[in-house]
This record gives sequence, structure tokens and C-alpha cells, in this order.
Amino acid sequence: MKSALLINYEYCTGCHSCEIACRNELGLGLGTWGIKMLESEPFQIDEDTWNWDYAPILTSLCNMCADRVAEGKDPACAHHCLANCIEYGTFEELAKKAAEMPGKVYVISNQ
Amino acid sequence: MKDQWKWGTEDDYWVRTCAWSAPGCHPVGCGLRLHVVNNKLVGVEGDEEHPHNKGRLCVRCLTLPEYVNHPQRITTPLKRAGERGENKWTEITWDEALDTVAEKATELQGKYGMDTVMVIQGTGRQAALFSPPIAFGVFRTSTTLMGISGYSCYGPRCAIAEFVFGTGYPELDYAPYFPESYDHPGYEPPKYIISWGKMPLTSNGDGLFGHALIDLMKRGTKIVSIDPRITWLGAHSETVIRLRPGTDAALGLAFLNVIIEEDLYDHDFVENWTYGFDELAERCREYPPEKVAEICGIPVKQIYHVAREFATNKPSSLLWGLTFDQTTCGGQASHCALAMLAICGYVDVPGGVTVGQPSTFLGKWRVDTRSNLAPGQFENRIGAKQYPAAAASQWVCNPDLTLECLENDEPKQLRMAYIQSTNIIAATNNVQPQRWYKALKERMEFVVVRDLFMTPTAVALADIFLPVATFPELDGVVLPHYGRNPFFVGAINKAIDNPGVRSDMEMCLELGKRLNPAAWPYKDAADFYDKQIRASYDFGFDDLRKMGVYQGGYTYQKHAKGMLRGDGVPGFNTPSTKVELSSLLYPVWGEDALPYYHEPYFSPISTPELAAEYPLILTTGGRKYTSFHSEHRHIDSLREIDKWAKITINPIDAEANGIQNGDWVTVENWLGKCQLKAWVSPVMKPGVVHCEHGWWYPEQEGAEPNLFGVWKSNINMLLPHFCVGKLGFGSIYKEMLCKIYKAESLEG
Repeated sequence: MKSALLINYEYCTGCHSCEIACRNELGLGLGTWGIKMLESEPFQIDEDTWNWDYAPILTSLCNMCADRVAEGKDPACAHHCLANCIEYGTFEELAKKAAEMPGKVYVISNQ
Repeated sequence: MKDQWKWGTEDDYWVRTCAWSAPGCHPVGCGLRLHVVNNKLVGVEGDEEHPHNKGRLCVRCLTLPEYVNHPQRITTPLKRAGERGENKWTEITWDEALDTVAEKATELQGKYGMDTVMVIQGTGRQAALFSPPIAFGVFRTSTTLMGISGYSCYGPRCAIAEFVFGTGYPELDYAPYFPESYDHPGYEPPKYIISWGKMPLTSNGDGLFGHALIDLMKRGTKIVSIDPRITWLGAHSETVIRLRPGTDAALGLAFLNVIIEEDLYDHDFVENWTYGFDELAERCREYPPEKVAEICGIPVKQIYHVAREFATNKPSSLLWGLTFDQTTCGGQASHCALAMLAICGYVDVPGGVTVGQPSTFLGKWRVDTRSNLAPGQFENRIGAKQYPAAAASQWVCNPDLTLECLENDEPKQLRMAYIQSTNIIAATNNVQPQRWYKALKERMEFVVVRDLFMTPTAVALADIFLPVATFPELDGVVLPHYGRNPFFVGAINKAIDNPGVRSDMEMCLELGKRLNPAAWPYKDAADFYDKQIRASYDFGFDDLRKMGVYQGGYTYQKHAKGMLRGDGVPGFNTPSTKVELSSLLYPVWGEDALPYYHEPYFSPISTPELAAEYPLILTTGGRKYTSFHSEHRHIDSLREIDKWAKITINPIDAEANGIQNGDWVTVENWLGKCQLKAWVSPVMKPGVVHCEHGWWYPEQEGAEPNLFGVWKSNINMLLPHFCVGKLGFGSIYKEMLCKIYKAESLEG
């Protein structure tokens, strides 16, 4: 079964907690990431509407926190996400869930 | 929460704790588990059992091991070896250091009087709680302050809440008192939250867990953001009002105008629990939305829309931020914000704002330590007579008059400084840092700096450096809002034994035993906390460790139940027993009883000639995830994210001044100049720039004259002294003038 993360990026506030939590878990140094946040840059759509998205992606170093998951814990990024907008599961079940969710959402895996 | 707070083996174990400084943060008290191997912090994990953060952590706690174990951290007391500014030090023992401090204090106080010792505090860290006890209870001096013009950090809002509501700090009700959190029976999320002049997600101001807003947004809450900048929260708000900086009070009066004139207010609350409604209504008529829209530079439809939505969607709530402290008319804007909450019936109701006593538990004890002063000494502290409203609500000296006292050597001769957890020449928002630097350097015969790293302030001024403990190295208690809206009491549990550092509580004990032993009969920090807790609750410190946090629950509508006043009479603890829409206290102090708006000291309207030369409005004080004011500049993982001081500029203003994204920019006005890196973005209201504060560069030379580059990006140099409101509150951190031009580098 392919493991994945569901990212409800409607609520990703760009806090960087996923990046640092991941680095702690994998013991990574500066300039390397297991998960890395991307940004749309803010822009105006119309008089009353603005767009500003953050969205984390998984790099080749992400191992879906296999050790943590084996202990029954969430991956470090999902556990520490301040906006609580990262969910761990199988690609299949998360894709089903995402299909039912309103707003900005994606399922991502590197496996 | 489980009752186990420590588990593992002797050499490899975990300790559950609540976060509170150092590193700096507000007393939010997030729950963590600390992993310790051979007495070294090797890992952190958010505690999912904690009722507020529920496992989540920000990057400042996630990088805690990097901070605690940092090679540049100072973990032995130091004595200055060369001249001040040379950055040469000799390691000494704690006994020698503390004996020296006690001897110098005794000598100088014998010569110049007890008040010659200044206790200068920073914000956020535990030093903010222990500043009065150190000053009053240890040194027995009345000279204690945060050196921030206009008391402009939290104090003004607390004072105005006390005058208008007679309560502690009114905070957004995000069910923080309940173990079940949002699922507590009877709790209801607010329909709207107006986030006004505040960055709740990044700042977690004073005890609010900022990302509770995201939790509430997921439960249907809509946000209104009032800020000249579009923040992430602004971009995700139902409405965002980009007002001209400093015009908040006018906007507040226009909101009230609409709510009153369109009869959208809560008649029951207004009739039974407010004083001065008719006078307020009359005043608001002077501020019709059309006129105010012009003052604020916003579409008038936004004023009508937000006022109507806020008043008619019950319950709604309001977050009032630092802007209310850092604008000269901020006191009046605060009065408006509180009046909006009151007349819409959102005070002490589920999903509105929670209120409590003005001070409780340790927050009360700290100010009660003034009983150690001589008769009349407290009343004679600097600025108490000139600013009686501030003196009635704050224990501190007037910061602006204290700088003048230092410079002029009257009315008091200040000769010793105990600078705890503030890097005052770089710091939070202290205006005119070069004047503070010069005055302290000239006047002080002896300076103690309490910090964790060698800072520009310590190099420039310190004779003795006393290292501060991080929170994994101390036993303590965290109390959100310093007891002014105490959602819970949290246990801070020592996980590492570091004999080279001391907490602020331990400084009280060890210096107190030398200078004023009668006030400090405690064996150690745990004994102190045990006795303090038992004085207010029916349990002790060890019980609190097992509980993790103690949540005492919450009673709504306390005003109706006689629970807000000492005499048990229903109502609010104000002179009129009501919420004072028109203040009975203000006229006593020479202030208008009702809120009003006036132009900032310097603006395109009040000083058009200055504005012609300096056409941009300068704002500062915004926050980010990667640092706490002037802290965290050493932490590589965080500097990788935010490397340089940043100025945010609208593309129109950038183009007009030949500036591109990523350029170094000189920001200049008649008081000074400095360099920051440009972020050119439409988020900034045209005509306004935002400059980050608290920047210095620990990777650079520390000795004078460079002082870790403290003058290179120091935006506080462009802010004037003593531009405050009538009651002494507020300043112009968010409403100054400047010009910008392209620079070659950080050097100019």
C-alpha cells in the first residue's frame, strides 16, 4: 500500500513547522529537506479577494516516518503542523477523502 | 493528561513540560515532551494531550535543542576584562558574581539612594513576571521598567480594559478554559473574529494560542482583518480593511456610529450593563462612515459591511493587537473596540471575549512585592505624578521620563542597571536606542546583564554577565496573560541539570537572600512555587507536575452573577459598576471621557512639509515565525528561513524609488537611517512600508564600534522619543514618516 499525505492547503499558514519537525526526525542538516514548503506569492484577484497559498511537497528524503508510524504515531510533519492540515494514510483512502472535501486539497506521495 | 511527567531510564528519559522562556515567547505554555540523553536535550515532541497546542509546535520550540546546546551560548557568569565595548571577559563563579552584585548595589544605593538601581526588563520571557519582585523585593528600588516609549506593549490595553471594563485582559473565547476545548458543552465558535492590528498566528500574543484561529475557521468562523498589510490571515479573511496607519480610532468610531444609528446593538446589555451610551452615540455622530472612509483611505462600504456583520452575527469576537499600544490614538481605538464588544453583547459570553480579575495568582503576587519598599517610595517612582492614569494601572516607571532622568540626572541619580532579558539597544521597539545606549554608558557605574548569548547590549554595557536558564533547565509555572485571563496554570519541569545558569526565580532567591532575606524564605524554586500554588489552590507543585496543566473551568456572564466585584454586587468593577462607554475616570486625569480621533504627530495631513520630503508612512513591529523580537539570530535553521532584516514595499513605491525585489534599501528620515532587504509585494498598502525590528548580526564583530552590526538595520533609530498620548500611553511605532532609496549593501 502506498503511503501518502493529504494536505488541506486551504489552511496551510506557511509556519515552516513541517520542515523543521521533519529535519529533526531524519537528522538532516541545513539546505536539505524531507518536506519543503512552496509558496504562490500573494496577489490580488479582485477588489475584495486575495490569493496566498503555501503548499508543502515531499522530497526524495521523506520516508513517511516509517519508524514513527510503526509505533502508532503520526509522521513528524503531520503531528506538529500548527494548522493541523496534514493527514497521513494510504494514497487510496486519502484520495477518496480528498474527493469529498471542499476547497484546496491534494494528496501527495513520493513512494 | 496522564499523571506521568517523567519516564525512561536514568540516562535516557523524557520529561513533559509547558514551554515558557527562555527562549523568549509569551506565556502561552504549549505542551512539550523533552528527550534527554546523558543530561543533554536531544529531541522535542509536541504533547498531543495538551489542551491548547494538542501536539502542534512552532519552529521556535522545534529548534529548541539547537538553541539550548548552541556553542555560543553562555553558561558561566562573566566579569568584564577590558573596557566596556571591548568584548573581553573572565569567567567567574556564581558566588563571586552574586556577591559582587550585592556589594555594588549596597554601595551605590548607600551613595545615591535606593532608587538608583534600575531594573530594565524585556518582553515575553519570565523576566517580565519577575521584574517587580527583583526590583521591589530584592533591590528595594522603585525604578523598574521596560524601556519602550509610551509603555507601548500590552500595558496600555490592560490599563484601558481595567478602566472601561474593570477586568483583566479581554481575550477571544476559543474555549481555552475547558479540557474538552471546542467540544465543551455550551461553547460556540464566534461567527466573526475581527483581527485588528494584530498578527495572532505568528505572535501568540500574551497567552493566546494563535492557530486557534485556524481551528475556528475550520468550524465556520469568518475573519475580518484590519491591517495596512495583507497578511496570510488577511488573504484568507472575509474582508480585509487596509487602513492608513494610525487611523484606527476613527475607524472604531465609524463602526460604532453604524451599529448605533442602525439600531443593531444589544439593548438589554446596553440598558443594564453600560454607562454613557447616549454620550457615546452623540460623539459617534461626529464620525460618519463617509468622513472616516476618507480619513482611513478605505472604501466606505467596508465600514458598513463589517459593522453590520459584526453586530448581527451573534456571537462574534475581536482580537485587538499591538497596534492599539503603538499608535498615539491607540487608547481611544481601544476604548472603541471594547465599546463594540460591549454594545453588541459579546462580553463574557461563549464565543465572545472572556474576562476575569485584573490580576490573579503570581500576576498579583509580583506587584504585591512592592510592600518591600519604604513608605512613599512606590508613589514617587519616575513619572507616577506626571502620568497618574498609567501609575494607577502599572507598577513601572514612565519609560520616556526615565530616559530623560538618565540624561539630565534628575530627579534621581541612576547609577546601576540590572538589565534582564532585554537587548535594549537592538530590541523590541525601544525608540531612540542610541540615546539609551549613550545615557546608560555615561551614567551607569555598574551594569548587570542577564541573557543567554553575548548581545550588543551586553558588550556595550555589562560589567557582569549572568547566564539565564532555558525552560528545559528550570522548574516553574506558566500562567497565560500573566494572570489577567488565566486559562490554565501549567507546570514547567526541569529536564536538564545545568549548574551554570539560573532562572529568574532563582535570581530572586539567591540575590534576595543576600540583599533582603526576610522576603525570600524559600528553599528553592520548587519550594517557592509549591507555597505560591497552595496559597491560591488546594494542591501543590508536585500535584501540578502530575496534572500537566490545571484548568479551573469558567463561568460566563459573571457581571450578572456578582462575580466581578469584590463586594459581590452584580456589575463591573468600575466606578459606575457598568462598562464605561463614557469614562468617569478619564476626566480626572485630564483626558476626554469619550473616544476621539486625532491625526498622528507626523502624517501627510498633520505635517505636509515633512511628508513632502519623507513621503512614505513607516510602520514597524510586525512578527514572524522564526524569531522572538531580537532573539534567535544565532539559530542557523531559522536564519536559513529569514536571513536578513526585511522591508515590505508596494510595487508602485518600489518602482518610483528604483527598487527591485531583493535589493538592499536605505530607509531614512530626519532621525536616522538603516538598511533592510526589500520584499516588493502588493500586500503592502501603497504609500506605506513595513520594516522589521530587532535585527543584529551575531556572525559579525562584537566589539565596538560594530557591536554585532546593531546599528545597521536598526529601525528603532528612526523613531522619535516621547510622541505619546495624553495619558502617556501609545507611541508612533506604526505611524512615522520615511523615504527609501536603493543601497549597495547592508553597509549602505
